[in-house]
Amino acid sequence: MTQHIVRAYDEELGALSVKINQMGGIAEAMLTDAIDALVRHDVGKARGVIERDGQLDALQNEIEELAVLVIAKRQPMANDLRHIMGTIRIASDIERIGDLMKNIAKRVTVMEERFIGTRSLAGIQHMAHLVLGQVKAVLDGFAQKSSDLARHVWLHDGEVDQLNNSLFRELLTYMMEDPRSITFSTHLLFIAKNIERAGDHATNIAETVFFIETGQQLSGPRPKGESSVFAVSAPGK
Amino acid sequence: MSFASPMIQEQANMPEPAAAAAKVAARNVNVYYGEKHALKDVSVDIPVRAVTSFIGPSGCGKSTFLRCINRMNDTIPICRVTGDITIDGKDIYDSRLDVVLLRARVGMVFQKPNPFPKSIYENVAYGPRLHGMARSKTELDEIVVNSLKRASLFEEVKDRLQESGTGLSGGQQQRLCIARAIAVSPEVILMDEPCSALDPIATAKIEELIDELRSNFTIVIVTHSMQQAARVSQRTAFFHLGSLVEEGSTEQIFTNPKDKRTQDYITGRFG
Repeated sequence: MTQHIVRAYDEELGALSVKINQMGGIAEAMLTDAIDALVRHDVGKARGVIERDGQLDALQNEIEELAVLVIAKRQPMANDLRHIMGTIRIASDIERIGDLMKNIAKRVTVMEERFIGTRSLAGIQHMAHLVLGQVKAVLDGFAQKSSDLARHVWLHDGEVDQLNNSLFRELLTYMMEDPRSITFSTHLLFIAKNIERAGDHATNIAETVFFIETGQQLSGPRPKGESSVFAVSAPGK
Repeated sequence: MSFASPMIQEQANMPEPAAAAAKVAARNVNVYYGEKHALKDVSVDIPVRAVTSFIGPSGCGKSTFLRCINRMNDTIPICRVTGDITIDGKDIYDSRLDVVLLRARVGMVFQKPNPFPKSIYENVAYGPRLHGMARSKTELDEIVVNSLKRASLFEEVKDRLQESGTGLSGGQQQRLCIARAIAVSPEVILMDEPCSALDPIATAKIEELIDELRSNFTIVIVTHSMQQAARVSQRTAFFHLGSLVEEGSTEQIFTNPKDKRTQDYITGRFG
């Protein structure tokens, strides 16, 4: 990209990108650690995740303040304006991912250990792995200014939704088989939902990255696998 | 002269059809100042009752093109204009056309406010009197008052209409020039950087005025302020090195320009 005549303008836009990358790094680590804490029932690690959420909030505030300042000072146009508006939106999505991971970590700190090890955890791990891949890919797309990468992420959200759906059915079965597992399973349901929503935020970011790079909205058919809201809890199914 | 042939319309620099009906249509306009080729093959439609802004770096040809629309370039001996410019489908370079009447139909406001060294009243009354638009003093008074009102200046000067126009503030002088331009009921108003000599408050008043005037006039404005172009116009054309690079809705030009040169210019990447 050609540089601006005013070099400080480039530095300000660069600073926004750097902060987004920092936020992305923190959110990715929170996702990894939150799931790790769940699988190993590592309450200490879970508390670490909870504490890191504050860093994301602080960075988001910094991005918003800098973005407002740049708009006021430079009256940005075209791709610069899209970049600035995009960083505000992406920061908000990453911050939400952080909140969701914090919520998972909080659940880990109150969950009973004796149910840990059910097969459902493998499903959750798989989901988390997919979502982590989506988050990483979309942030790479932002850093590399790649609308193709953004579109790729946007098109591959369906798998996460499908996993969430099958996990939902599985947990319902457990709860019917053994009512003592209801509390634990409910936590897992929420955790799975949180991961799935983190995936939705990755999709939002993909839309934003695509808009920054092309000025167009991502549109067209997109595979959707989420149907847990319609799942039936009839015994024997 | 005639409208461009279908073959010419297939050329890459042809604009997409403007949103509203075209008041002014230019086809393959070239301007030479002696040997210098100042404007190259400009084709553009300027829609009726809307504001069209011309932007671009200094020397890009935007003012040259603006001055073609009321044949102001005729006053420069070495200047030569080729191509077609029509207003309501009528060729304005037709040799039988009365240039004085053309300039009454196509008014102009300049960068520096240039009121006549006469009273405020006379500044506005001059044109209508010259063109015999008023049959009586009462009618002339009416035109002057209406024009000053439409230029949002009347309230500020109503008690001193006989005082000199040059005694007004810069912003008031510019509104007086706009009142003078609209007094002869033009169809098109050309503005060549009308706010560049004004402070932000006076600029805001002129911009508000432009917005009001566009319901009755076709306005073309040359401006170095991209924010101003973005605020006041519905269509924007970007000129560079004598060529029309891109023309489109103002919204599209400033949020998602198609040409890289437009994007580089409006985002401050080259001068």
